[in-house]
Amino acid sequence: MELAFIIEKFALILVIFLISLTVAAYSTLAERKIAGFLQDRVGPNRAGPGGMFQPLADGLKMFFKEEIIPTDSSKALFILGPSLALFTSFLGSAVIPWGQDIEIAGRQVSLQITDINVGMLYIFGVVSLGVYGIMIGGWASNNKFSLMGAVRAASQSISYEIPMGLSIIALLMATNTLSMKEIAEQQHGINWNFFYQPLGFIIFLVCSFAETNRTPFDLPECETELVGGYHTEYSGFKMGAYMFSEYLNMFLASAVMSTLYFGAYNYPGMDWVNDLTGPVIGPLIGMAVLMLKIFAFIFLFMWVRWTVPRFRYDQLMNLGWKILIPLAIANIVITGIVITIFDKL
Amino acid sequence: MEPLSNRKKVLEQKPMNFWERLYLPAIFQGMGITFRHMFKKKETVFYPEVEREFSENWRGMHSLKRDEQGRERCTACGLCALSCPAEAITMIAAERQKGEEQLYREEKYAAVYEINMLRCIFCGLCEEACPKEAIYLDGPIVPADYLRKDFIYGKDKLVEEPMKVQQD
Repeated sequence: MELAFIIEKFALILVIFLISLTVAAYSTLAERKIAGFLQDRVGPNRAGPGGMFQPLADGLKMFFKEEIIPTDSSKALFILGPSLALFTSFLGSAVIPWGQDIEIAGRQVSLQITDINVGMLYIFGVVSLGVYGIMIGGWASNNKFSLMGAVRAASQSISYEIPMGLSIIALLMATNTLSMKEIAEQQHGINWNFFYQPLGFIIFLVCSFAETNRTPFDLPECETELVGGYHTEYSGFKMGAYMFSEYLNMFLASAVMSTLYFGAYNYPGMDWVNDLTGPVIGPLIGMAVLMLKIFAFIFLFMWVRWTVPRFRYDQLMNLGWKILIPLAIANIVITGIVITIFDKL
Repeated sequence: MEPLSNRKKVLEQKPMNFWERLYLPAIFQGMGITFRHMFKKKETVFYPEVEREFSENWRGMHSLKRDEQGRERCTACGLCALSCPAEAITMIAAERQKGEEQLYREEKYAAVYEINMLRCIFCGLCEEACPKEAIYLDGPIVPADYLRKDFIYGKDKLVEEPMKVQQD
């Protein structure tokens, strides 16, 4: 472990941490702006030019609000809930390859915090952990509505992890690796996994919506029947932490989808651009392309949120168990047959 | 029984087919609709800078009128206060002194005239009750404020500017 390596990793972690924070903060503004545009309104536009400083104002407001911890709640768990939710949503971005290797002062610097060979499984583990934040928070609140929200979150998360995992198995058969970096490298140019796994992508997309608790699957915080769902009793910064973790999860889900199915930092004509711009600017352009894809997915999340109403609970379970799981299994079978035929040819 | 109109439609509840159960086609259709709305004209009125056009019979902030010679019309009869269903109006009457004839139209006038804008429901009954045509709800929207006491509008805010009368 040389010093330069540690510094380089530390810098990378810091940069990615800051990027995630900024993206999540501005997602809150984007959400409200997009909601406005889709409903023929303009959205928040008073704080700064065009509402640019709205996230800052919201953050300040969250900090200065009174934080109420219900007397009958279990205090340690009540605080642990939002902390865990926020913590787990930061973890996932460690295995995302943000770009090709970049050359700084004669050193090849990898734009990935760590390339573990089971990166995909790691992300699964972290995403599944995320539901514990909601579970613990809902349980600790000592409120029936919160508990209902937490139970819903747990059952929804479990139901949708199965088709998600199954759709990943099909992807795994096509790519032969679990390492995020190798998956990204295999999709060089326009050789994106989406074109080999369109059905798998759709299943993965739907499951991502469910995993991040976004509309149409935001039953854990369903206002109409559960007051505020799992965060009914939360106020001030803890409430903000839950909200923030939702947006961070959305960012992570978008990054994972871009990496797994939409070619990560790859774009058509990237070799030509790399030759033209050299080993520093080239990977940075790739990183910008990845960011563009991520923003497109975040926009999709918001677009769907302001289009589709919430599912009923039985519809949610029907969709998960009776439609998505059979589809995902069919996808595995089809992928297996196609791969076998192509191997024989 | 005879139907009153022919608009009644009997909807058949069919079980959903496979594509409908997937929800995706319907969702894409809906997303198309919302996307088109992104480029439509925004309905927002940027209120403090731009004001929506008010209708003819819009009732806004009260103004105490002056007559052609710039004298206050109000004679502090108290009919507006009596008619007010929200009990928002209070006043203290005073007698006109010698030399104040150019200020007040009648021998009696309102020394203090206060309307609590938080109580007022803008029904316009005061304007109907006034025998002297002294109060009209023809002003702008009552602005927001921070303290309750700032919503009690006195004569300084309610009485019409004398200049305005001369221009008319």
